[in-house]
Amino acid sequence: MSVVGTVFRKEVLDNARDRRTLFSAFLFGPLLGPVLFTVLVNVLVSQTVATVDRPIHVPIVGAELAPNLVAHLSARGVQNIADHGIDKLDEAIDAVEQGRYDAVLMIDADFPERFKRGETARVTLVHDQSRNRSSSRVARIRNAVSGYAQQLGALKLLANGVDPSAVQTITFDQLDVSTPAGRSAVLLGMLTYFLLVATLMGGFYLAIDSTAGERERRSLEPLLTVPVKRSSLVLGKMAATTAYMLAALALTLTGFTVALRFTSLEPLGMSSGFGVGAALSAFAILLPFAPFGAALMTLVASFTRSYREAQTYLTLVLLVPTMPLIFATMLNVKATSALMWIPSLSQHLLVTAVIRQETLPFLFYIESAFSTLVAALIVGYAAIRLYERESLLG
Amino acid sequence: MIEVVSLAKRFGDVRALDGVDFSAGDGRITGLLGPNGAGKSTCLRILSTVLGPDAGTARIGGVDVTAAPLEVRRLIGVLPHNAGLYPQLTARENIEYYGRLHGLDGKRLRARVDALVERLGLGAIADRKAKGFSQGERTKVALARAMVHAPRHVLLDEPTAGLDVMATRELRDWLRELRADGCCVLLSSHVMQEIEALVDEIVIIASGRIAARGTPEALSARYPGLSLEEIFVEAVRSISP
Repeated sequence: MSVVGTVFRKEVLDNARDRRTLFSAFLFGPLLGPVLFTVLVNVLVSQTVATVDRPIHVPIVGAELAPNLVAHLSARGVQNIADHGIDKLDEAIDAVEQGRYDAVLMIDADFPERFKRGETARVTLVHDQSRNRSSSRVARIRNAVSGYAQQLGALKLLANGVDPSAVQTITFDQLDVSTPAGRSAVLLGMLTYFLLVATLMGGFYLAIDSTAGERERRSLEPLLTVPVKRSSLVLGKMAATTAYMLAALALTLTGFTVALRFTSLEPLGMSSGFGVGAALSAFAILLPFAPFGAALMTLVASFTRSYREAQTYLTLVLLVPTMPLIFATMLNVKATSALMWIPSLSQHLLVTAVIRQETLPFLFYIESAFSTLVAALIVGYAAIRLYERESLLG
Repeated sequence: MIEVVSLAKRFGDVRALDGVDFSAGDGRITGLLGPNGAGKSTCLRILSTVLGPDAGTARIGGVDVTAAPLEVRRLIGVLPHNAGLYPQLTARENIEYYGRLHGLDGKRLRARVDALVERLGLGAIADRKAKGFSQGERTKVALARAMVHAPRHVLLDEPTAGLDVMATRELRDWLRELRADGCCVLLSSHVMQEIEALVDEIVIIASGRIAARGTPEALSARYPGLSLEEIFVEAVRSISP
C-alpha cells in the first residue's frame, strides 16, 4: 500500500474509535441541521398561513354607534374585543404603546348623526408603524374599513343616478411576489449554511487530532523519522479529513431528504421536492468543497501548538466560509459567472438553484468545481510547505 | 557506525551545538552524557534527520544525514524523549503502522510484529488500546515501533526516563542484545549509573561542546582516583564558565 494510503487508513481507523470525533462528525451536523431546519420551516409556514386566515381581534371604541360597519369588519375577519375598557383617544394610544393591542379602532361619537346626514363620518385607527409584527394586521383592518366606505359611496352614487366607475379613474392592482421569495431566500441560505457547516464539522476533530493532537501527544517526532516524505504524511491526513467530511455531508443530505419529506415548502414559494435527485446534485456540487475545507483546516491546525488552541482557531475557520453566505442572503445575490470563483458562495448559489429547480448554465458548475479545487490545491500546498519547515516540532 | 564532525546548530542566540565531534562504533553502546540543555537532544534530532545542522557533517552507516535523509531514516530506529503512542490504537496496531510506513506488508509485517511482541513481552497488552498504558508499557511499544524494520543503528533519547527498576533492567538487557547482534547503539542520559552500567564509550557533552570522551577505563586513567560522577563534574566545569 502507498504511504498516503497507509496514513489515510490509520487516521480513519484511529478517529473512528474516538467518541467525540464520531459524535461531532456524524451526529451533531447530520441530525441537528435537518431537525432545526424542519422546525424553522414549520414555524414560518404556520405563521404565513396564520396571518392570512386567522381572524384579527381588535378593540373597537364605540362599536355600538356603527353596527353595520362592525358587522362588515367581522365578516372580513376583523372582530371586536368586547370588554376592552378603552374610552378615550389617550387610553387607546397608551394601550398600543404599551403593546397591549396591535391597534385600536375608534368610531367618533357623532358618527351615526353625520352618517345619517350624509356627511363624512370619522373612524380613527391607532397603531404603531414601527412594529413589524402587526403591520400586516393593520393593513387588513385598513382595507376592511376602506372597503366598507367604498361600498357605501358606490351605493350613494347609484342612488343619485351616477355610475360609480365615474369616480374610479384608475384600478389599482397589487401583485406581491416579494414576500414568499424573500422568505425562501433566507431559508435556502440557511439550508446551505447547515450543509457547509456539517461538512466542515465532519473533518473538524480529525484535522485537529492528526496535526496539533499529534504534536501534543508527542507522536509527531517519531513519525518524522520514518523514511517517507512529509508531503505524503500531510496528503494522507488531508485525504482522511476529506473522507470524513464527505461522509458527514452524505449523512446530512440524507437527513434533510428524510426531514423535508414531512414538510411542505410550497406555502413559502419553494418547490416541495428536496428528493433523492436534489440531494445527489447537492452532493456533487459540494464535493469539491470537502478537499478545500480539509486543506484549510489542516493548514490552520498545523500552526497551533495544542489541541485547545487548534479548536479555537478552527472555530473561526468554521465561520469564514459562511460569511459570503450571509451577505448573499441579505443582498439576495443572483448567480453570475464571476461569483462561481468564490468557494462556498458558488456552492451556495448552485445548491439553491437546484432546490428552486432553476436552470443555470452548465459552465457555472464547471467554474465552481474548478475554482474550488484550485483553491484546495493552493491551501494544501501551503500546508505541505508548513510541514516541511524545521520549526514544525517547536 | 555513526560519525559526527564539527556539528553546529543554533536556535536564535542560543548555540545548542558548537562544533561537536564524536563517533559511535558498530557492536558498541555509546552514551551521550550531559546536564540538561547540553545539546544531547539536538544532536540526536540532527542524527534522526528531524533537524538540519547549521554546519558540520553527520554520517550514519556512511550516509550523510543532510544529503540523503530518507536513506538515513531506513538505517535508523529512533526513540525520542517521551515519545507518544496513538491512544486509540492497540499496541500491535501502533507497531504495524510504522511497519507499513517502512514498506513492510502482509506476512513479513505480521512475522516481524509477532517477534517484537514476543521479545519485549508485550503479549498481554498487544491487543489493548494504548490509552491506559503505563510509562513502561508505552516505552516498550515505542521501542518495538522504532525497531520494526530491524535497523542497524538505534538512537534513544533518555530511554529510561520514568521507568521503574524492572523496566529499566529489561531495557538494558534488550540494548545489550542489540550490541551482541552488532548494532550501533547511541543513547543519551543524564543518569550516571545508567551510563556506568551500560555503555562502552562515553561522550560527555556540555554547553554544546564535547567535554571529554573515551571508554570508562580511558576516562578513569585520565582522571585518576575519581568516580565517574566526579569525572563528569570535572569535565563539565572545564568547559562551562
